[in-house]
Amino acid sequence: MTALCIENLVKTYNDDVFALRGIDLTVGEGDFFTLLGPNGAGKSTAIGVVSSLVNKTSGSVSVFGHDLDSDVVGVKSCLGLVPQEFNFNGFEPILNTVMNVAGYNGISQREARKRAEYYLKRLDLWDKRRALGRELSGGMKRRLMIARALVHEPKMLILDEPTAGVDIEIRRSMWDYLSEINSEHGTTIILTTHYLEEAEALCRNVAIIDGGQIIENGAVADLLSQAMQETFVLNLYEPLAIAPNIPPFETRIRKESNELEVDVPKGHSISDLFDVLKAQGIVVGSMRTKSNRLEEFFLRLVGQSDEAVQ
Amino acid sequence: MSGWSEAMSYWQLQWTAYLTIVRKEIRRFTRIWVQTLTPPAMNAVLYMLIFGGLIGSRIREVDGFAYMDFLVPGIIMMGIITNSYGNVVSSFFGTKLQKHIEELLVSPVSNATILAGYVTGGVARGITVGLVVSFVALFFTDLNPVYPLVTLCIAVLTSIMFSLGGLINAVYAKTFDECSIVPNFVLTPLTYLGGIFYSINMLPPLAQKLSLFNPVLYMINGFRYGILGVSDIPLWHSFAVILVFIAILGTIAMTLLNRGIGIKA
Repeated sequence: MTALCIENLVKTYNDDVFALRGIDLTVGEGDFFTLLGPNGAGKSTAIGVVSSLVNKTSGSVSVFGHDLDSDVVGVKSCLGLVPQEFNFNGFEPILNTVMNVAGYNGISQREARKRAEYYLKRLDLWDKRRALGRELSGGMKRRLMIARALVHEPKMLILDEPTAGVDIEIRRSMWDYLSEINSEHGTTIILTTHYLEEAEALCRNVAIIDGGQIIENGAVADLLSQAMQETFVLNLYEPLAIAPNIPPFETRIRKESNELEVDVPKGHSISDLFDVLKAQGIVVGSMRTKSNRLEEFFLRLVGQSDEAVQ
Repeated sequence: MSGWSEAMSYWQLQWTAYLTIVRKEIRRFTRIWVQTLTPPAMNAVLYMLIFGGLIGSRIREVDGFAYMDFLVPGIIMMGIITNSYGNVVSSFFGTKLQKHIEELLVSPVSNATILAGYVTGGVARGITVGLVVSFVALFFTDLNPVYPLVTLCIAVLTSIMFSLGGLINAVYAKTFDECSIVPNFVLTPLTYLGGIFYSINMLPPLAQKLSLFNPVLYMINGFRYGILGVSDIPLWHSFAVILVFIAILGTIAMTLLNRGIGIKA
């Protein structure tokens, strides 16, 4: 079944500023989907329309078969939203915050208490249940918004940059938890993120949005296969004065002179690189990927999109 | 699922959501009772002490009642009006400002349920303040409503009307200043000139006629009729004015929520 279907969605502000220029998007049930785009691309507007926070100008949106225009209650019943900005009552104990949202979704007080306890425990917030929202740390606030979005156990969870400003440890534990609810509970997850590593690690499908238009849409694996090159950082036993010339690989010496940065074009084997380095007497101690491949692909696509606009 | 059970589950959902909003609102004003419940009691004591006791003792009877007895229904009503309005305007504006209105907007709660929930919260505070002020008034006079049902109906309907007004104000307000303009420059003059302290029969003919354009006059007189059995205007006029205003303000409030004005992009 289709979880989300967006057709020719347009959003304008003041009749002439286009936030969305007729986007089409389909997300399958159970998918882990990411919407990538630079700031101001239209990601949050698209999510805002789906979750009824933004009125659309034209086009259609349906969630699990419920049309946004004719069955908004049906659409909302299927959705949980974790917005980009903190939007809970900072002067209320967090247990109440979660229970209130359960109540807004028609869950009785007794059941709401049970569910709030489960999700607050699951997100390591139960000990803080009587703390006011504003007293929590940034990471805790993010986790509170996830607990709040899950308390009515929606079929689809939408997260707008959920790990922004969260430390690495908490980010990883949030990744694990999101993967778990996607794989074990079958919850469809739609994520927007600035951390492209996050999209590559978590998501199966991706749409890249720029200037209010979808410029690429498909499986993460397929898009990655289109990436033109990958960059590696080699840690050398002996520092080099100048970068070796080994076409077709582009090489650069990094600030730390015993580190060599190498671009490996698509279709070329990294073994060839090592053969050449060995022949030149350069010994590699260790190696790591510099940027993730999706980032490189993303930047190339957005660059092309900007050129097209100009 | 049959249409009937779908409809039932829809109404059950709305009912649960309504109770949740009402509980949240009551928790809010009772948690900060020092700010919400004690100032009206303090004001009432001062009004009754100064106007009812010190000055009122030198005033002859009004409509056949001692001035203190005449004054008390107006003081109670003033508390109901200002607190019903103030509760909804501050709560709904705070909800907008902190953006947790989005919790409601993304949930399957209908706009009618949101409106009913906030208005009930305003009525809960208005009536609670009314009871607190009534209790305080017992130290100054006897309170034995002649028509208890009329008293209750006028109090609740007036509270509904001003709660609706508070919600409309909160929808349009962008700053705290804009939340206080209407209470300070519209509500307070209308209330003070609405017959709390005097009978309009004491005014010159022109002022009497002008007073009839003040809607608060009808509420205070309706409430006074419930408690004392006297009023400057017929009771049905009071009910008619309040119900017409509820219909108008309710329609405006629903239209604003349905269009998402002030709360949606």
